[in-house]
Amino acid sequence: MTLETYLRERGRKILAPYLMCGFPSPQAFPDLLAGVIDAGADMLEIGIPFSDPLMDGPVIQRAADVALGNEVRPAVALRTIEALAPSVPFVYMTYYNPILAMGEEEFAKRARAAGADGVIVPDLPVDEATSWIAASRAQDLAPVFLAAPTTPRDRLEALVAAGSGFVYCVSLLGVTGVRASLSDRARDVVDAVRELTDRPALVGIGVSTPEQAAEACSFADGVVVGSAILAAAERDGVDAAVSLVKQMREAID
Amino acid sequence: MTTSPIDIQPDEHGRFGEYGGRYAPEVLMPALLEVERAWRELRTDDAFWTELNTLRRDYAGRPTPLYRADRLSEHIGATVWVKREDLMHTGSHKLNNVLGQCLLARRLGKPRVIAETGAGQHGVATATGAARFGLDCVVYMGAVDMERQALNVFRMEMLGTKVVGVESGSRTLKDAINEAFRDWVANVEDTHYVIGSVVGPHPFPWMVKELQRVVGDEAREQMLAQAGKLPETVVACVGGGSNAIGIFSGFVGIDGVRLVGVEPGGLGLATEEHGASVSAGSDGVLHGARTRILQAPDGLIREAHSVSAGLDYPGSGPEHAYLRASGLAEYASVTDEEALEAFHTFSRLEGIVPALEAAHAIAWLLRERPSGDVILMLSGRGDKDVETVKNLASQDAPDGRPS
Repeated sequence: MTLETYLRERGRKILAPYLMCGFPSPQAFPDLLAGVIDAGADMLEIGIPFSDPLMDGPVIQRAADVALGNEVRPAVALRTIEALAPSVPFVYMTYYNPILAMGEEEFAKRARAAGADGVIVPDLPVDEATSWIAASRAQDLAPVFLAAPTTPRDRLEALVAAGSGFVYCVSLLGVTGVRASLSDRARDVVDAVRELTDRPALVGIGVSTPEQAAEACSFADGVVVGSAILAAAERDGVDAAVSLVKQMREAID
Repeated sequence: MTTSPIDIQPDEHGRFGEYGGRYAPEVLMPALLEVERAWRELRTDDAFWTELNTLRRDYAGRPTPLYRADRLSEHIGATVWVKREDLMHTGSHKLNNVLGQCLLARRLGKPRVIAETGAGQHGVATATGAARFGLDCVVYMGAVDMERQALNVFRMEMLGTKVVGVESGSRTLKDAINEAFRDWVANVEDTHYVIGSVVGPHPFPWMVKELQRVVGDEAREQMLAQAGKLPETVVACVGGGSNAIGIFSGFVGIDGVRLVGVEPGGLGLATEEHGASVSAGSDGVLHGARTRILQAPDGLIREAHSVSAGLDYPGSGPEHAYLRASGLAEYASVTDEEALEAFHTFSRLEGIVPALEAAHAIAWLLRERPSGDVILMLSGRGDKDVETVKNLASQDAPDGRPS
């Protein structure tokens, strides 16, 4: 089953926690992974640590630093995930240079071998992604593109045509992080995507609380939640992060 | 014999050969396309050039002189002509780019500008341009650099700019650029990012080159007028590489003119403590462009090292990567120690305190002693570095090398 079919046939709003491989520690990461799946995650987004994450705010920057400080480098992250074999579909999130360094085809092959269903590369816009899209498709990996509040219609058409799996709808102008409220612009992005495709539209970046998740799910097909979960894990431990995911599940169902 | 340079232009995708491109988050792509459209219009707009050239002359002090440095010439056995960007307003070549980009920001209707800075020279230039054009300005600067360039931080604040210290990563220029991009992602609708070098996603490497080429065009004309000939060698330091691209663009491809970019060798290329991305790095994507970068085999970016904050960056502009690959320019490096020695030697021989960045180009001249006529690109003045040099000298006498 393709990722898109899975998401569509799930029969409920999609809750997709973002985790950073190796965070809060290499020892605690498997517990967090298992915990958020138990708590009701439908899909995971798993970050592969990068040295210069320019689309990420302070929480995910710190998470990447912690992981890299524990020598969870890209190859280690791919092996870790392959060994853990998450029981729900997942997509990787990483920046382009580690993919380029490994070779696009090799990275796609290893990502697929580790069980990934797709990859999000936030610094690779659709304009520069031709060879990466081919490498992904050859491995049945979904290239997932981000649609932003600033994305005009012609670009949206191009990224919908090039991508698969789901459309990652960026809720606001900004990098990842915890926000006090859901941006008004999230709905506009989802509406614009809906005019072009029935592919699932998930809202991410800045979705921080169960209330915000529920609000986003009133118009979108689901949410991606990262910084809030990682901040909870960092501050209060794995159980607190898992508990937040549970509350989000309850709020959106 | 050819006496005019090749006009190197990127292709429609912003590529210089295989380098360049536009590897940016989707949220910024519309803004980058808008900047490109605006630049395409401005670069053929006579009114824009008239306004910019008036500012260059009356506000910034262009043309800067080409000075025959007789004592240095005697010292190395060549004739050295110094392109005096240190005499430009704000003390470096950076204002050439900033004035153009402030006009661009005005054309785009953006009331706010942001910038990154390493040594503080680009930050000071942007703070200056922002004051002149009445724009709000925020400059991102690595916390390490704020310490080693405290005077420039104060200058920026006096000019009405907010300086934000960056505590992530290596806390230097690379991290300041990351943070400036994050700001731009959040504020792209009312903000223009005045990138300070020939780096970043298209159209920045191209636009910044075209705004800096005035240095090379002036130098070529001055050389012909003052020496009656073209130089055998043109030498400039390379961090991101805007001063080098500027001077090179006046001479690139002319028979018999050797272009040398001098990178920060730090503690030596045999160590990992350097910033020589063109000569000792490899191909990758950093800050929006495919170019030469310092990276681990798995694609994580390495931290650069240089005694000079302005060269302490693990990448260089894509056009430099192209010039290297095509053989149109060559790239060498000098160590921190050589640069510091050149800083002192040049100060004493010529009565000009050079920026530590430019001291790298001087150090190459002192070491390689090329013959004939040489143009030395003096990208900026060294007042900002006096304290750094003093501290290094007292830390670890007698050679001033950092411990």
